[in-house]
This record gives sequence, C-alpha cells and structure tokens, in this order.
Amino acid sequence: MRRALERQRHILDFTLSSLARRRGRNLALLIVYTLVVFLLASVLFLAAALKREAALVLADTPDLIVQRLTAGRQDLVPIRYVESIARIRGVQAVEPRLWGYYFDSLSGATYTLMVSAALADHPGAILIGGGVSRRSEPGEPARPLGKGDVLPFKDADGGVLPLRVQGVFPAASELVTADLVLVSATDFRRLFAFPDGQATDLVVRVRNARERATVAAKISRLHPDSRPVLRDDILRTYEAVFDWRGGVIVLVLAGALLAFVILAWDKATGLSAEERREIGILKAIGWETSDVLLMKFWEGAAVSLCAFFLGVFLAYLHVFFTSSLLFEPFLKGWSVLYPRFRLTPQVQLGQLAVLFVLTVVPYTVATIVPSWRSATIDPDTVMRR
Amino acid sequence: MMLQPGILALLLGSGLGAVLLAAAVVPAVRIIRRWDLASGSEEQLRLERQTYLVAAIMRLVMGFQIVFLFLFLQTVDGLAPMFIGAMCAAGSLKVNGFGYPALVAKILTCLLAGLWLILDATDNRASDYPLIRTKYRLLLVITPVLLAETALQALYLLGLEPNIITSCCAIVFSAGGGTVVATVLDVPLQLSRAAFVLSATLTLAAGWAVYRHGRGAILFATASACHFLLSIHALIAFISLYVYELPTHHCPFCLLHREYGGIGYPLYLLLLTLAVTGLGTGLLHRYRAVPSLRTVIPAMQRRLALIALAANAAFLLLVTGSMALSNLRL
Amino acid sequence: MIRLVDVSKVYNAGRDNAFVAVDGVSLTIAAGTVTALQGPSGSGKTTLLCLAGCMARPSSGRIFLEDTELTSLPERFLTDIRRRTFGFVFQRFNLIKGVSVLENVMLPAYPTGEPHAVVRQRALALLDLLGLAGKGSARVEWLSGGEAQRTAIARALINTPAVLIADEPTAHLDTTLSREFMDSMGRLKARGTTILIASHDPLVRDAPVIDRIVEMRDGRLVAGGEQG
Repeated sequence: MRRALERQRHILDFTLSSLARRRGRNLALLIVYTLVVFLLASVLFLAAALKREAALVLADTPDLIVQRLTAGRQDLVPIRYVESIARIRGVQAVEPRLWGYYFDSLSGATYTLMVSAALADHPGAILIGGGVSRRSEPGEPARPLGKGDVLPFKDADGGVLPLRVQGVFPAASELVTADLVLVSATDFRRLFAFPDGQATDLVVRVRNARERATVAAKISRLHPDSRPVLRDDILRTYEAVFDWRGGVIVLVLAGALLAFVILAWDKATGLSAEERREIGILKAIGWETSDVLLMKFWEGAAVSLCAFFLGVFLAYLHVFFTSSLLFEPFLKGWSVLYPRFRLTPQVQLGQLAVLFVLTVVPYTVATIVPSWRSATIDPDTVMRR
Repeated sequence: MMLQPGILALLLGSGLGAVLLAAAVVPAVRIIRRWDLASGSEEQLRLERQTYLVAAIMRLVMGFQIVFLFLFLQTVDGLAPMFIGAMCAAGSLKVNGFGYPALVAKILTCLLAGLWLILDATDNRASDYPLIRTKYRLLLVITPVLLAETALQALYLLGLEPNIITSCCAIVFSAGGGTVVATVLDVPLQLSRAAFVLSATLTLAAGWAVYRHGRGAILFATASACHFLLSIHALIAFISLYVYELPTHHCPFCLLHREYGGIGYPLYLLLLTLAVTGLGTGLLHRYRAVPSLRTVIPAMQRRLALIALAANAAFLLLVTGSMALSNLRL
Repeated sequence: MIRLVDVSKVYNAGRDNAFVAVDGVSLTIAAGTVTALQGPSGSGKTTLLCLAGCMARPSSGRIFLEDTELTSLPERFLTDIRRRTFGFVFQRFNLIKGVSVLENVMLPAYPTGEPHAVVRQRALALLDLLGLAGKGSARVEWLSGGEAQRTAIARALINTPAVLIADEPTAHLDTTLSREFMDSMGRLKARGTTILIASHDPLVRDAPVIDRIVEMRDGRLVAGGEQG
C-alpha cells in the first residue's frame, strides 16, 4: 500500500514538472478548456440563480388568480364574481385587483401601474420603482426621480395628470419593482377611464393547499368565461423556461465543445519528437506501460482540474459579481427599464456534475486512445537509433 | 423532450461511455481468439499492448458510471417540480415506463464493472494472465448491458413531457399503492427489522471468516448479495421513516435531499461497495485452483473482505445513528 | 546467469520487409564476467542486447535469467525484473533534457515505490562515487561529454542491478574518456557486477577488463559463443 502511494507520488511529481517544462504547448489547450468551462458554468449558474429568484418572488404571489377571457384575450372581471367565488367551499378570501400597463410616450417605457390600498387616502401620490426613477427623456439630462418630484401622466381623455412621487422602492427589490408604479384607486380609474364594477383580476386565497386545484376547477365551472391561474403552474412554467433556455445555450455551445475536443485530441495525438523521445527513454530505463499511462492520466487530470476550477471560479465572479456582464445584451432584449440586480451566489453539486460530464468526460474520452498509443512505445526504440 | 442541461449532459455522457466500451469489444474479441502468451510473435505483442487500452477504458467507464448515476439522480430529482404530482425522483421516474428500468440497469452496470475491475486486478498479479479469456468474455456480457442502459436512459429522458400527471413518492411507496415496490411495504415492520439485523450479522460474520481464516467465500458472497437487497428493503420499510421523522414517508429518493443532509449518497455508495466486494470475493473463489493464482486469490479475497466489512460497519453506523438521533419513536 | 537458447527475433514477420535481426543465437553469460559483443552495424548486436536485457521478447527460442524463464513473461513482470536486475547505458546517453542530474539518476526508481528519501540518498552516493558530487542540481544540458556519460552510468546503477548493459558506450567519447569508462567498468566488475558491452571500438576490445569477446554477423554468432 505504501509502495503504491509512493509510486503515485513520484509519477505525479514527474508529470507536474514535465507539464511545467512544456508550458507553452499546454497553455493554448488550457485557455480553451477554461473558456469552455467558463461559458457553460456561467449559463448554468445564471439559469439556476434566476430560477431561485423567480421561486422566491413567486412565493409571495397569490395562490390563485382568476382572470376573464373574451375571445381568447384577457378581459376585465366583473366584481360581482367575488361573491359567487367566495361561496365555494375551501375559499378563505376573494379580493379584486386593479392594475394595468401604462405607456409613457416621453421616455418610451412601459410601467406596471397598480392600485395600492395604502394610497387610498392619498390621491395624487405615487410610489415608484428603481427603473421608473431612472427614466429619462431623449434630449434631457438624466436625473433620478426622488421623493417630491412630479411625474406627468396622460389620462384617458388626453389631459395631463401630474402625480407626486411619495417614495422609491429600495434597490434590493428591483427585480420585481423596477417598472412598478403604485397609485390610488381614484387616480387609476381616471388614468384609464376604468369602468366601475370591474377589476383586472381577482385574487383568491384557498385554506388548504391541496384543494387549490379543485377550487380552480370549481371556479371554471361556475364562470365558464373565467381562467383560474395557479401559482404552481406559473412556477412550473418558469422552471421549464429557464431549463429550456439553459438547454438551448448548451446546445449552441456544443460547437465550441466539439472544437475543444478536437483540439485536445489533436494535441494528444501529435506528440512532439521530444515527447516521444522522452517516453522512449522512460520505457528503456525501466518504466512500464502502466507507469506511463498513469503519467498520462495525471497529465490529463492536472489540466482538467486546473481548467475546471479556474473556469468555475471565473464564472462565479462573472455571474454573481458582475451580474453576467457578458450575457447582458442577450438577457436585456428590448427592455428599456432593465433592473439592476444582484443574484444570490450559490453553487450546487449537481451543477458541477453537469459541468464535469459536459467538459472533462469528452476531454478524457478524446485523449484516452492517443495516451495509450504513446504509452505503448516499445522500450527498445531508444536503442535502435 | 425537455431541453435541459442535466438531460443533455446525461445523454452525451452515457453515449460517450457506450461508444468507448463498444470500441473495446474489437480488441476483446481478438484477444479471446488469438491470445497465446507463449508466442513471441508481433501479433501477441500487439494484443498485450491492447490489454492496457481495454483496462484503461474499463476503469474510465466504471468511474464515469458512478458520476452518471449521481447526475441521473440529481437531474431526475430536480425535474420533479415539472411533473404534476411529483415531489422527488420517485415521481419523476414514474413519468414513463423507462424510468425505473433505466435506474436498475445503471446500478447493474456499476456492479458488473466493479466485478470486472476485481477480476482484472487479480489477473494482473499472476505472471501468466490466467483469467484473460474469462475477463474478456465478461466484457462481452457487460457491453450489451451498458448499451441497454444507455438506450433505456435515452428513451426515458427523451420521453419526458412536463405536463404528465404522475404519482408522488407518498403514493408510490405506500402500502396498497399497487406497485411492485409497494409490495415491499406489505411485509410487517417487525419482520423487516428482524430480517435486516439477521442479514447484517450473517454478512459480518461471514466476512470475518473470510478475512481471518480465508474460508466461506461463497457464503459471504451470497450473504452480501442478500444483504444488499435487504438493506434497500429496510431503507424503504423503516429506516427512511426515522430520517424523515414521519411514520408514513417511505421514499428512498428523498434521502438524497439536502434537508436530510444528503445522507442517501453515502448510504447508497456504501451499499454498492459492499455488494461489489462481497460478490467479488465469491467470484474469485471459482478460480482458486488455477496454479498461478493459488496465493494471489486468498490475498485478494482477504483484502476485499476487509473493505466489505468496513463498508458494512459504516453503513450500520450511519443507519443506527440516524435512527437513534431521530425524534421518531415507532 | 543469463542463458539464451536458440533465440531469434524477426521484425515485420510475414510481410515483404521482414527482417531477421537475430537468428538462432545460443549464448550463456556467466555472472561477474565482462563480455564484449563485436560486429559491424546491422549484425544484430543491439537486438541481442535488448533480448538479453529483458527489453524485448524473442520471436522464438528461450531466455533464462538464473532459473527463471523470461520468454513468455508478460510486460509488467518482465519490466519489474529488468528494473531490478539490469542497468542500461546508451550510445547517446539519453538523458532527459530540462531535468536535473539528480532527478535523471533517480528516474528508474520512481515506479518501484521506494521512499523518496532512500532513493535520493542512493543517487547522491552514486554521484559521489562517479566524481559528480555537487552536480546534483545542474541541468543535464550544461554537462560536458564526460559528465553526461558518468550521469548515465549513475542512472544505470540506481536500482543496484546485477547486470550492466552498455550499447556502444565509447562511440561519442575521446580516448581519455573512453579509457575512463573502461576503468569504471573495471571497478564495477570488482564489485561483482556482470557486464555486457556492445562495441566495435578496438579500445574496448583490447581493454584488460574484458573476459570474453563474442562476434556477430548477420544476426548469427560467428565466434566466442555456443552455436545454435
């Protein structure tokens, strides 16, 4: 046992020193390897972190929302539905919600306008999110809006309704509040000429979590034009979307992965004359095929470990400390009010396993036959020169 | 199909593993037919060189299979929220008919690969490669099993659709659940407990006999195999209850969750270890009459028995520990 | 000590460019003797050295080391025996560039699993013995011809072998260094090492330390050995 360990140690020592000796040759491969790990890890970390944030955010959303459909499109819900739904067994409370989208033509941004009971006694006051406060009009210098500033709104008749900012939501909540504007009910109805007796949707609280699906089914039967939306369904859809996007990007990176594998194979087969001579000498002075194979294994392991940890570390920094700087153009899309957010850093073992299987496994498979071929150089080749 | 990084990784990885092993079949067949150690011909030298490649491939495949098994459980468990009704891997695996067979095939390939490596290590210690043909015939058996496992896994993963309603582990693993697995729980609790304790004692005793006196290898192998199956039964029947502190939660997959300390991973790893080493001890017994292995095999068996005993002891320690520290009293 | 019985080695057998390097050679090397293998290039000297030194397997015939038959031993056992029993000095020294003298000397011992400190001690002692004390950390590229040769000898002796095999050791050395080399061989012989030298250098042939000369031509023994 002791001998086996000493042997491993000796061969590992020699492998590391020969890698150092041939730094130049191995550097190109290491860089590409690290890059591949970095890209894949960034995608995995980002997707997982966004999934987590979505789940956290959704945790506070209502269990069940009831919308109304007319001709397949979302329509306003009559408030009288509240009574009939409240009578269903298992329903704890039903509340109407008033909210909508407001397009600010001056800045080109769309705000989510929502009625808050807290502002019921404060007509003319609004609470805004970080993105709204940073709004700017073309030709005007950017100056963040704060408490006391006035934001002009256009109401349904074409008139101007100035609303005073009462407060700005903290930066920590930007992922959810970036484009949010809370108003009082009176201002809301004036802005949109919202009919009385209607609501955007209804929020239903169900006492027993396991009965949610049953209640949703009952609501559908009671009001055939309604569409109950369960939070679990939303969660599931989000998960599916993030998974799918992650999968698509991995497929897109498959090209890079293939190029990397070919590079690794090419380098492993193209042993320089110097390397071949060295292995010949080792075989001649008493190293066995399995000793040389072990050396090749340690070589691959050292390169892989280095690239893996470096790539993962860089990806960690990239996603959690620079907010995925490199991916920003793809994530942002057409959004004008892009939230500034910091994701909670977390790495799961499962992600590392996926990374390992996508990078180290193909690398090892590509290099095993060339490694073996170089390890089986005959010991007498060095004599016959 | 669901496009997800974990699924893509599993498909790629298993595919590569299958390709590697299939590539090893060609030299394997040549070696079975043409091996002749006494000849110094160039072909023989070539075959000898190829044995190194096949051994390296097998070691790689074994190592990968363990990683893939881990990744499979992680991915499948992580997919559970996508399927209505599933809360852990138990539900995800039930989404289509290939889930559980794929898992069983995976475990089987791990065991077979482990046995192959034991044969290889033994063969290399003798100076005339006495088990070479046996080894490569075993390889020809393992290859279709691995290919089947890759196919089953692919069929399972490619057939996953997110809106399928499946059952959660509470239903799959409950008495009267109408599944093969649920019949496990029709056995009365006391009987399960007694069988587990008996099997553990028998295996430990047999292992000690092999280690100390070099006798009873076949008994030990049989006892190990039974203990492997009985331990899985025990985990489902009563051990998991203590971990979850719930008298009705029997799921063997929720043990892998972080809220239970991921205790499932060391437990299953130890079970696999004791199965492979125990079965290996019995397998080697067949060849003890071969002249060049006369001293090699008893030494190998002793070493395997020691590892098996250690794994067994560690498993019992973990199990009794979680049962003792649990707030549940049955 | 080493016994070759009707040994042949054929390369590319069965093909157009089949080449018989050694043809039906029978030879016995007694322990503690110094044997010189003479013959023109292409006579099979190098191949015979490889066969005698467990570096290659014969196409036919049998090879014995003391009482052990080596003919059909698998590579890992053969290499193990070779490591313990034989030391090789090559025509071009064949030291690994970029590696220190000390490490070059220790390399053959790495796979044996002997503790590092023990091997290092032995290596330093050998360097001392061969007049290379203090050159341990020097890079082999900076060594003179004579120093390189002595490093090669030290490397060959690291596993305390019973047999030293040298292939054209004086081919790239001047007269002084060649004589020094033969003196080292004399010292080794005095310690009981069996030595086998392949060379067409008359300086080697005429050295007093040589016990026996074996002549080869076209893969066969011409003089000095037992006919096959």
